[in-house]
Amino acid sequence: MANYTLQINNKNYRVDVEEDTPLLWVLRDNLGLVGTKYGCGIAQCGACTVHLNGTAVRSCVLPVSAIGTKKITTIEGLSANGEHPVQKAWSELDVPQCGYCQAGQMMTAAAFLSKNPKPSSEQIEEAMNGNICRCGTYHRIREAVALAATKRK
Amino acid sequence: MAGGGFLLSFRWTDALAAPLPESAAREVSFNSYLSISPDNVITILSPNPEVGQNIKTSFPMIVAEELDADWKNVKVVQANLDTQKFNRQATAGSGAMQHSWDRLRKAGATARLMLMEAAAKRWNVSSATLTTENGFVWHKESGRKLNYGALATEAATVVVPTEVKFKEKKDYKLIGKPIHNVDNAEMITGKPLYGLDVYREGMLLAMIERPPFGTKIKSADVSAAKAMPGIVDVVIFKDKVAVLGKSTWQVTKARKLLKVEYEPDGAVESTTDHDRLMKQLLDKQDVKPSRKDGDVDAIFKTAAKVITREYQAPFLSHACMEPMNFFAHVRSDGVELIGPAQLPEDTRKNVAKLLGVDIEKITLEMTRMGGGFGRRQRSDYSMEAAELSSLLKAPVKVMWTREDDMRGGQYRPAMRYRFQAALDAEGNWIGYRMRGVGVNSGNSTRPDHFPAGAVPNFLVDSIDHKSPVTTSPWRAPSENFLGFAEQSFFDEIATAANRDPIEYRLSYLDRAKKSPTGAVKYDIDRMKGVIELVAEKSGWGKNKKVFQGFSAYFSHGSYIAQVAEIEMQNGNPVLRKMVAAVDCGVVVNLSGAYQQVKGGIIDGLGHALYGEVTLKDGVPDQKNFDTYRLIRMKEIPDVEVYFVDSAINPTGLGEPALPPAAAALANAFFKATGKRLYNQPFMQEDAMKGVKFG
Repeated sequence: MANYTLQINNKNYRVDVEEDTPLLWVLRDNLGLVGTKYGCGIAQCGACTVHLNGTAVRSCVLPVSAIGTKKITTIEGLSANGEHPVQKAWSELDVPQCGYCQAGQMMTAAAFLSKNPKPSSEQIEEAMNGNICRCGTYHRIREAVALAATKRK
Repeated sequence: MAGGGFLLSFRWTDALAAPLPESAAREVSFNSYLSISPDNVITILSPNPEVGQNIKTSFPMIVAEELDADWKNVKVVQANLDTQKFNRQATAGSGAMQHSWDRLRKAGATARLMLMEAAAKRWNVSSATLTTENGFVWHKESGRKLNYGALATEAATVVVPTEVKFKEKKDYKLIGKPIHNVDNAEMITGKPLYGLDVYREGMLLAMIERPPFGTKIKSADVSAAKAMPGIVDVVIFKDKVAVLGKSTWQVTKARKLLKVEYEPDGAVESTTDHDRLMKQLLDKQDVKPSRKDGDVDAIFKTAAKVITREYQAPFLSHACMEPMNFFAHVRSDGVELIGPAQLPEDTRKNVAKLLGVDIEKITLEMTRMGGGFGRRQRSDYSMEAAELSSLLKAPVKVMWTREDDMRGGQYRPAMRYRFQAALDAEGNWIGYRMRGVGVNSGNSTRPDHFPAGAVPNFLVDSIDHKSPVTTSPWRAPSENFLGFAEQSFFDEIATAANRDPIEYRLSYLDRAKKSPTGAVKYDIDRMKGVIELVAEKSGWGKNKKVFQGFSAYFSHGSYIAQVAEIEMQNGNPVLRKMVAAVDCGVVVNLSGAYQQVKGGIIDGLGHALYGEVTLKDGVPDQKNFDTYRLIRMKEIPDVEVYFVDSAINPTGLGEPALPPAAAALANAFFKATGKRLYNQPFMQEDAMKGVKFG
């Protein structure tokens, strides 16, 4: 066990966990930030996607000891009240079905758009291809990413 | 709607709904579904489990429609299991809407009449002079109006009317509109909604090692696991080993140190055994037919042409994005259950039986489910939680890892079909014989499907092989593969008869209508309706540059016809588009309905292309999404959906779009390449060698 200070959603959290604990389980078990989901545990589905210094990472395979002072953003911190362009687009297009994968989808989309604000349809597909949606809401996700791009200031 | 259908292409803007005031304490209850508070919050309980089929939005819409409520003032609450108040709190067989349509309409319509009666008394006028609109009762003559909240307390004392008249379709304001998912705001901001999000004071997390199919524990050394930090206990029960601790990661690590040996306890089977067994069963004699018309043996002896084809499907994982999990707290005074359950009533019964506890002492709170697909109709994982909580005398959440989920059974049964068609010298279809065999599949056929009634000599039977490999319903049970197999076979018959598949199908539907043989249990006109609509919308046969494949299927009360469109690019077939025409009666929620059809098609295509669980000595080869491939964004075609404009009571929509999808693809693939696909997953067929989808 070791102590870590994590910067999550602009707040500092202290946790005492084993150093190989994946960030996903620190968020869920220790900090009550359950918006980040477990889907596969091997970085194959993207349900656990969070931002590390603005880059999308799979929290299910990211050991807490590797984070250091890097800033973490989870779905709970993407915006205060769901007003991030990606969240607005998701709402406008009524994207979720079961909804379980959608936090990961939105985190992937938000990081992607911050690096590529005016993506082509192909670039959207490339960026989102690592996130599985078992319900098959892919059309709406693709459309929502494009819509979110138009909403960014 | 012009042309008998409408293309769904909508885009609208809305902000996240503002939260409604908390007013539960003063709510006035009208019936099981509905209560209204004096400050005008309309609370509608949604009794059925939500797996992503959107029932939590669609059910309340129906109550609100007949109530003439303002949707902005409606607060939807997921009901707990309550068999006193509700009937059939289940997500199964795409049956919720068919079952509850009248009940929901009545709940809204009776309350509306009671509110009008209360207003009539208050104003001392006849209720016949009153109207309702958008959450108000109006007396138009005098220009007076009152909102429902202001009338709720008085209205609740009015005698509940027994006779109500439902609205006509033309007067609907909510039904048929694209109303957004009521959980959107919570889903997109990451609020706890799912079973796996349940955390309680003192709760233990449990992971369980389960035996390979057909085996039991021979020996177990749990000492190393038990000695790991954070581990509270390791428990052996029912040939399973549970590791319980305070954090998911500590339990995960400790579990790896378990040393468990298994020994046979029945048949230890591999996929090679199932392949051989199913082929043998196809030749079995003296099987009792489930339907028999005419004289099949005689007609096949004299036929000018006999076509025989076989199709095979592997086991599939349900692969719900949220793996199986359940919370249980067994106390001396009762049992608290929380989690994902498609059949919560069964879950409670099974837990009651397991623990020897009265059903009345068990509460069950339903969580939103990260997918269901039939897997959560089983109570195995909830019973594990109850048993461990009982043993440990602590609140327990059982969590299955993805590997547990994929290797733990409850698969879509493996199946194999043999179809035979007899044609006369003119290409007339005079005989039909089909047999389905499966591994724990139950009856893998549907004996009253087309061409029942259309082909005079007809026989269907099925055989089930009992296996220790556990199976369960998987979205559109049996139909999920039957739809592909029969619709591919029909395409081959039309090809053999040198006829266009749509024209050929329509001609046999006409025959079933004019001179049926035996009972016809599908609606011929509705079937023809979707076929004609899909032909029109897809421009069937008009674009010579694309290769189109057709399928049409009836299941769960609904009719769907599909056309797949393949384009050849540098010698590679590319699936560009799927067009679907759907008759599900009245469309309740256009947004949800549209996505059910699109998602069902994507699901059907994805599993047909990639999905497979194989076994070696009772152990599944696939463990996770690296070896069990799900369809991804780059691989999906465009999907166009058209609904038949219908006033028939709503029929199923969670499942019907899936079965015909793979057939439309396979039939288009044949047109494009001249090669037929018979076995799933397609990507492992020789015909697919070198083909890249997506």
